[in-house]
Amino acid sequence: METASTGMEAPLIELAGVSKAWPDARGQAVTALDAADLAVRAGEFVCLCGPSGCGKTTVLNLIAGLESPSGGAVRVRGAAVTGPGPDRTVMFQEAALFPWLTVFRNVEFPLEMAGVPADERRSRVERYLRMVHLWRYRDAQPHALSGGMRQRAAMARALVNDPAILLMDEPFAALDAQTRDVLHNELERIWLETGKTVVFVTHNVREAVRLGDRVVIMGTRPGRVKRDLRVSLARPRAAHDRDVASLAGVVERELKIELEKVIREELDDAWSPAGGGVPRDSHRGLGDGI
Amino acid sequence: MFLAILIAAWATASSLGDALLFPSPLDVGRALARGFASGMLPRAIAKSMARLALGYSVSLVLGVSLGCALARVRAVKDTLGLLVLGLQAVPSVCWLPLALLWFGLGETAIQVVVVLGSLLSVAVATESAVHTVPPLLVRAARTMGASGPRLWWRVILPAALPGVLSGARLGWTFAWRSLLAGELLFVSGGIGQVLEFGREFYDMALVLGVMVVIVALGLGSDHLLFGRLERRVRRMWGLDRT
Repeated sequence: METASTGMEAPLIELAGVSKAWPDARGQAVTALDAADLAVRAGEFVCLCGPSGCGKTTVLNLIAGLESPSGGAVRVRGAAVTGPGPDRTVMFQEAALFPWLTVFRNVEFPLEMAGVPADERRSRVERYLRMVHLWRYRDAQPHALSGGMRQRAAMARALVNDPAILLMDEPFAALDAQTRDVLHNELERIWLETGKTVVFVTHNVREAVRLGDRVVIMGTRPGRVKRDLRVSLARPRAAHDRDVASLAGVVERELKIELEKVIREELDDAWSPAGGGVPRDSHRGLGDGI
Repeated sequence: MFLAILIAAWATASSLGDALLFPSPLDVGRALARGFASGMLPRAIAKSMARLALGYSVSLVLGVSLGCALARVRAVKDTLGLLVLGLQAVPSVCWLPLALLWFGLGETAIQVVVVLGSLLSVAVATESAVHTVPPLLVRAARTMGASGPRLWWRVILPAALPGVLSGARLGWTFAWRSLLAGELLFVSGGIGQVLEFGREFYDMALVLGVMVVIVALGLGSDHLLFGRLERRVRRMWGLDRT
């Protein structure tokens, strides 16, 4: 593991000195992100990792064009991001499928929005539903599917328009460990097949190391990039690989420092990190459920 | 069964009281049969229904649009919002004098009352339904290239449909009541006029017969039309597990 060096070629996604702040209920500015720099090259799988409030989801929303930066520049292929675009799709923690449409119609939706003709829509939906093993369930309504199946459908929907960039915001956080393992394997396989550029937000270090080419650790108050680590383990990987586990341990130590900072602030200095007692069961527990 | 007991009770009560003011079920049945045979009742029902269909359609379109605007446009909420809440307190019959003065004793006045009677409840229900659309669905739709009118047609309105439908059901009831109130007033050719006609000719059996028709039509439309539609939508949207 070494600190990632920025390549010579122009990055596909670039954040330069980006900050994001908004007023809270009392009108005071809350800074989610402060002078954050990040560059992602085409085809890279980058995991953003950090405690709650480090602005990792904000980074994703900025790249997606769902939010605009308060300062600095967000660029994709050198052009400033002004809004959502067909070259970038997002997968959220919840599948966010439309409950009134069947699985097929849900996956078809982005193609309809893009004005793809009907017969081509059909063949593309079929291809991606088969890719995520959901073709049999094409006529089911989303509420009839399990959580894992819904995320598969969401994955097919995110891929169906063949975007260059796939943005993933803790897409597997709400799933049980076994389902998550399966979906990690599938995502890795699909990524190897399609060569997408992936930005993957997670608070789960093991997941980040399992999936990423790079793990970007973000700190909090204000949110900014702390460390940028390259993961050069062979693929395909598995969550229980010894290398993945030991590397996750290293990353976890880096993160713990940030985490303790958060806890100290939230608990008003009353909490002391005796014996490095990171509360494993808290919602921001690191590597839980693996 | 319950209906049979009710009719039996009615028959007993009428045999004890004044047959002129409280006719028996049989008399009412005869009056209804006469009304249907002469074509007076079918004509009146058709006329009222056509009126209702027009007024209700207008109020649906306006109500849903107004509700969407209230939910999403701050300026509309700040200005019209209070007005809508205030006017909701006005029973639809109270619009009649105003409508009569403005539009004269005619078709327009009735339609205005029907529209005003149901518009606001549709608008208020739509507003709250749009408010409760999960923001995540809208964000997801935006990342898939939906924006503007397409975002509304394909995502926000379908997502809000179960709530809008409840409002539409309520609006239908209000429109129905407003219509009858309006029709009572003048030579309108509708069910309301038949009711008034019965009163003028002291034909209590006809009055009660028309009441039965009104109840039947109300129940029928509510259960058969809206009840089924709502159940179907709720099942499809995954809101009911059956």
